[in-house]
Amino acid sequence: MEHDTLLSARGLTLHFGATPALVDVDADLWPGEVLAVVGESGSGKSTLLNVLSGRLAPDAGVAWYRDPAGALHDIHAMPAPALRTLHRSDWGFVHQNPRENLRMAVTAGGNVGERLMARGSRHYGDIRAAAISWLEQVEIDADRVDDLPRTFSGGMLQRLQIARTLVTHPRLVFMDEPTGGLDVSVQARLLDLIRGLVRRLGIAAVLVTHDLAVARLLAHRIMVMQRGRVVESGLTDRVLDDPRHAYTQLLVSSVLGA
Amino acid sequence: MNVASGYNFAYLDEQTKRMIRRAILKAVAIPGHQVPFGSREMPLPYGWGTGGIQVTAAVLGRDDVLKVIDQGADDTTNAVSIRRFFARTAGVATTTHTAEATVIQTRHRIPETALRQDQIIVYQVPQPEPLSRLEPSREETRRMHALADYGLMHVKLYEDITRFGHVSISYDYPVMVDGRYLMAPSPIPAFDNPKMDRMAALQLFGAGREKRIYAVPPYTSVRSLDFDDHEFRASRAPHACLLCGATDSYLDEVVIDDQGGRMFVCSDTDHCEGRRDGT
Repeated sequence: MEHDTLLSARGLTLHFGATPALVDVDADLWPGEVLAVVGESGSGKSTLLNVLSGRLAPDAGVAWYRDPAGALHDIHAMPAPALRTLHRSDWGFVHQNPRENLRMAVTAGGNVGERLMARGSRHYGDIRAAAISWLEQVEIDADRVDDLPRTFSGGMLQRLQIARTLVTHPRLVFMDEPTGGLDVSVQARLLDLIRGLVRRLGIAAVLVTHDLAVARLLAHRIMVMQRGRVVESGLTDRVLDDPRHAYTQLLVSSVLGA
Repeated sequence: MNVASGYNFAYLDEQTKRMIRRAILKAVAIPGHQVPFGSREMPLPYGWGTGGIQVTAAVLGRDDVLKVIDQGADDTTNAVSIRRFFARTAGVATTTHTAEATVIQTRHRIPETALRQDQIIVYQVPQPEPLSRLEPSREETRRMHALADYGLMHVKLYEDITRFGHVSISYDYPVMVDGRYLMAPSPIPAFDNPKMDRMAALQLFGAGREKRIYAVPPYTSVRSLDFDDHEFRASRAPHACLLCGATDSYLDEVVIDDQGGRMFVCSDTDHCEGRRDGT
């Protein structure tokens, strides 16, 4: 293993029946870095995210995570409680659809506070203060703290999900199409917000997107996937400005101004 | 009372009692953990205490003295019927006095009199899963118990404080047993929760319909969930009992006419009578 990668994968392979979802995928993520995984629908992006985060087990290959103490953990050989602890403290997961992650019958404050309480916070005032501070950081009015998420707009829901995920200061966030399903102006604000937060907090992120503009704006490095294989990877500007693989060239040329 | 012939001692057959005792032993070994058991059909409807009655049948011996409480009272239908059931099928002595009983089956109250080491209290439990209203999937709640992942319960408390300024759970108030398992204390008033903490008597819980048994061994810590800055408080109606004058017991509100008249009396009838007799 290379020194101090936060997350590394070697030879990840996963088949759904006869369909190859991942074929011999290697990946490395360093602390504070944003890695974008791009490709068309069905190219295995989300599957890779699920495998890297331990939600799916691969047929072959390994993935390691380095904890703050420097010890390496094989993500798929970890005991379930340890993985769960990672997921609710060190890691975060941002879904495309915020409703999958949020509790729609619980106030915004309760949603943001849940991870704090799961981690053992038992002081109502502190939890509430943290919730309000996070709502402000994601540009939601502090006085919406006691409102239910169903009174929020789509963009606000996504920002609420981000606040809920980042409240425990995770070191690593998995994002699955965080701006999907939002209109363009809302997307732009959200991207700006994510970029600011990721930079300021030094969070490492694996970002799955089919939108090259999103990858350009947020990511340091890019992995391009096609039919379960990584066909090209490298620094964002290099891959997007000087694509080498035929598929990447096609992908870049199909988007205006990416 | 006549002992009915044709029944095994305490109604259940010996194999069933053994099976229930095994579940009880396991439950005592893992305080607060819900142990599945093969709940039997009992001659009373689900929700009337089928779980409690099976646990009582399994722990009852010939020398035991049984007391049955229904919401504090010894003289209501459920209490009278279950007491008579065991008097008939087991021939054991029954009592209404807490201090004389060795086994106490209770529906939704803990006696005001402190229990002793030589006593067993059996709770009737309608819903053993404290997370049931928050997480519908039993598979998921079992996983949450296994991983001690109880943040969700605190979210419920957070929501209550946010909406009402205090935790609005007045009965079946969730507790942590021995710092490990989240447990439903059965629908006893939150007022009774502090009595469970380090209680000298063995506490057994039986849920017949849900087929679960759990237990709190003597002198085990039982903490009501709360926040550091919103501590758990046992609440009671701010009155004195109209019959015995007690100001420290749990009170029932009784409507006495159609003019809005009402009185507050002790919910624990034995405690109230004892105070009036001066014993």
